[in-house]
Amino acid sequence: MMLTESIEKFIANDYDFESRQKYANSESGYSEDVWRTFAELGWTAVPFSESDGGFDGGPIESMVMMQQFGRGLVVEPYLANIVLAGSILRRLASNTQKAKWLEPVIAGELQAALAFVEPQARYDLRNVETTATAEDDDWVITGKKGLVLNGGNAGLLIIPARTSGDHNSSDGISLFAVGGLADGVTRQSYPTVDGLRAAEIQLNEVRVDKNAALGDIGGAYSTLEAVIDEATLAVCAEAVGIMQIMTDKTVEYSKNRMQFGVPIGSFQALQHRMVDMLTACEQSYSLLIWASTANADGTVDAKKSISALKYQIGTAGRKVGQEAVQIHGGMGVTWDLDVAHYFKRLTAIGQMFGNADWHLDKLAV
Amino acid sequence: MHVTFTDADLAFRDEVRSFFQNELPEDIRRMRMQEIPLEPEDQVRFQKCLQEKGWFAANWPVEYGGTGWTAVQKYIFATEMAEANAPNVIPFGVGMVGPVIYTFGSEAQKERFLPDILASNVWWCQGYSESGAGSDLASLKTRAELVGDHYVVNGTKTWTTLGQHADWIFCLVRTSTDVARRQEGISFLLIDMKSPGVTVTPIITLDGVHEVNEIHLDDVKVPAENLVGEEGKGWTYGKVLLQHERAGNAGVAQTWYRLRKLRAQAARSVRGAAPLINDRNFMRKLAATEVELKALEFTDLRTLAAVASGKAPGPESSILKLKGTELQQAVDELYVDAAGYYALPYVPDQYVLDFPPDERIGEGTESNTSLRYFNYRKASIYAGSNEIQKNIIAKHVLGL
Repeated sequence: MMLTESIEKFIANDYDFESRQKYANSESGYSEDVWRTFAELGWTAVPFSESDGGFDGGPIESMVMMQQFGRGLVVEPYLANIVLAGSILRRLASNTQKAKWLEPVIAGELQAALAFVEPQARYDLRNVETTATAEDDDWVITGKKGLVLNGGNAGLLIIPARTSGDHNSSDGISLFAVGGLADGVTRQSYPTVDGLRAAEIQLNEVRVDKNAALGDIGGAYSTLEAVIDEATLAVCAEAVGIMQIMTDKTVEYSKNRMQFGVPIGSFQALQHRMVDMLTACEQSYSLLIWASTANADGTVDAKKSISALKYQIGTAGRKVGQEAVQIHGGMGVTWDLDVAHYFKRLTAIGQMFGNADWHLDKLAV
Repeated sequence: MHVTFTDADLAFRDEVRSFFQNELPEDIRRMRMQEIPLEPEDQVRFQKCLQEKGWFAANWPVEYGGTGWTAVQKYIFATEMAEANAPNVIPFGVGMVGPVIYTFGSEAQKERFLPDILASNVWWCQGYSESGAGSDLASLKTRAELVGDHYVVNGTKTWTTLGQHADWIFCLVRTSTDVARRQEGISFLLIDMKSPGVTVTPIITLDGVHEVNEIHLDDVKVPAENLVGEEGKGWTYGKVLLQHERAGNAGVAQTWYRLRKLRAQAARSVRGAAPLINDRNFMRKLAATEVELKALEFTDLRTLAAVASGKAPGPESSILKLKGTELQQAVDELYVDAAGYYALPYVPDQYVLDFPPDERIGEGTESNTSLRYFNYRKASIYAGSNEIQKNIIAKHVLGL
C-alpha cells in the first residue's frame, strides 16, 4: 500500500533512533519540521472527507499508518491532533468551525488536544466534573483535566464539560473549543515516560462564546465514546508495529550476542520464548485486522473487537515487551538502547483508553 | 518442617521493631515513606545508625564485629527492617567484599579494610561484569599483570552499581591465561578508585537514572598486597559471594509491604469515583499474587529451618531468587495497572521531601510507578539472570 511505503521510506531515511531522541528531548517534544512534512505529504489529511481536504481514510488507513508510526517510535503528535481532536472536529464541527480549526490543524499550523481525562475518573468517560454554565451568549467553564496529550503545545483545546445531569451521567456532556492561552486556562506541561508530552489543565471560569460549542449541547457523549474507540484502535495498531519490531530486534540480537562461546539464540529455551513472541505478534496482528475491518464496515461486533484487541495488546504486548528487554540482558534496561524506549511506549499504550483489566471486563458479559 | 518462633525470638522481634519505629533518623523515615531516593550521605548516616546499635554487620562472625545472631534472629531482623520500610543496606561492602576478606584475606587486609566497612567510612563497588562477560562471567578479560611489587590492570568493568560514589572496587581480574579452565586464571583484587588510570563513566538506565557505571582501568597500578588470597582462586571466592547475593534476594517482607500499600490504595475512592477494588480483574490478579507470595514466604521459612538446624538448605532455597524477583516484578506491574493514566507522567521534580500534596500530579497514586516498573526489569537479569538460575537448578537440583 502506497501510504505504508511512503511512511516506511520516511522513517528509514529521515527518522532514525538518534533523530527520534533529539526530537523527543526538544522543547516542544517533537520536530516542527517533521510535523510540517507530515502535512505536506498529506498524512495529516488522511481521515478527513474530500470536501474537508482529506482522503476519506478510515480504520484501515489508520491501521497502516499507526503501525508504521509504532515501528518508527514517532513522537510527532498525530494521535492528539488528527485522531483525537481531529475526529471530534470531523464529526461535530460546522463548516465555519472547520474553516477556523480543522483546516489549520490539517495544514500543520494549529496544534490541538482533546481533554478526555479527569484526574478522578480513571477510564470512565461519563465521569465529568468540569462544568459549563450558560451566561448570556457565553459559556463559563470550570474544572480540571488530566493527562491532556499535547495539551501544553495546543492552541486549540477541546474540552468536555457538563452542562446538565449528575457528574456520572452520560447525558449532559458538551464539547467546547477553548484557546490554549485563554483567560483562566492554567497548564502544567510535562513529559510522559514514553517520550511524549502531556499536561494537567485547570480551567477557572474560562469564558467562550456559543460558537465554541461543538455539536449539540448535552449530547456529546456518544461522539466522545466513538472517538475514543477510534483512538484505541489507533494505539493498538501502533502497539502491533512496536511488538513486531521488538521481536525482530530481539531475534537479531540473539544471533549476534555471544556467551559461553555461542550465540545466545542457539539456546533452545530462548528460541522457544522468541517463538512465543512471534506467536503473540501474529495473533495480535490478526486481531488488529479483524477490529480494523469490523470498524471500517460497521459490523455488529465492531465495538467488542476493540476491547478484544486492547486486551490482547495489554497482555500479549506486555509479555513481548518484557521478553525483548530480558533477552537483551543488561543492555535492555539502558537509556541508550532503542528497545528500552519501545518498551516504555508499549507500557504507556497499555494504560491508555482502558487497560487490559478494564477491557476484559467489557467482554466478560 | 518450618520455623516456629520461641518466646525469646518474639521478644527479640519486639526489640528490633521498636528500634526501627523509634530510633531511625526522622528525615530518613520520611524519605522512605515518601519514596524519595536517599543521597549517599543519608545512606551512610542510616548505616552508621545501625552500627551504633551493633546491628550493621548482622551476618558477620562475632569475632569480626557481627551480632552472633541465630539464623532465626537474622531472619527476624531482615523481616522487621523490611516491614518498617527502612532503607536497604548497600551490600557491596558489608555483604560482599567484607565476607570475602574475613574468609580468605590476610590479617593485614582484615585490619586495613574491615573496620572501615563496619563504620561505612568506605564505599565499595563491585567490578565483575564486562561487556563480553555477562552471564558468562568466567570469560572476563580485564587483565592484571604482576610487575615487581604491583599488578598493572587493564580492562573495563560494567554495570557497576553506585560506582560513582565508590572509594574502592573489588574486581575479578584475569591473572593467567595459561590454565586448563578459564576460572582458574581469575583472581580477586582490591583497587583504590583514586588510583591513576581509573575512570568512571555513567550508564543511564531506561528510567533516566544514573545508578550504574562503566569503570575503565587503564594501566592501573595495584599493590600486590591488594590481592585477596591466592592468584587463580578469585572465581571460588567470587562464587561464595554470589551465593550470598542470591540467598538474600527473596525480598518477601519488602514485597508484602508493597502489596499492603497497594491494597490500601485500591480501597480509596477519589471523590466518589469507583475505587479500584471494584475492578474484579485487577483484584483477582492482586489476590493471585498474594497467594504466590505466601508460598514464597514459607519457602523462605523452610530454608531458614534447614539453615537454623545446621543443615544445608534443600532445593527449595534455589528458587528464592527466581521466584522472589518474579514476584517483585509482578507487584510493579500491578502498581502500573492501578495507576492507569497516571502511570504516564514523568515528573522527577516531585520526588523531593515534603512535596506539597495538592501540587502532585496523580492523586492517590505514586508518580514514579512506571519508573520503578522499568528499573526493576533488571531484577530478573542481575545477580545471575533467572535463565542462569534455571540452568543451575536443572543441573544441580534436578540432575538434568
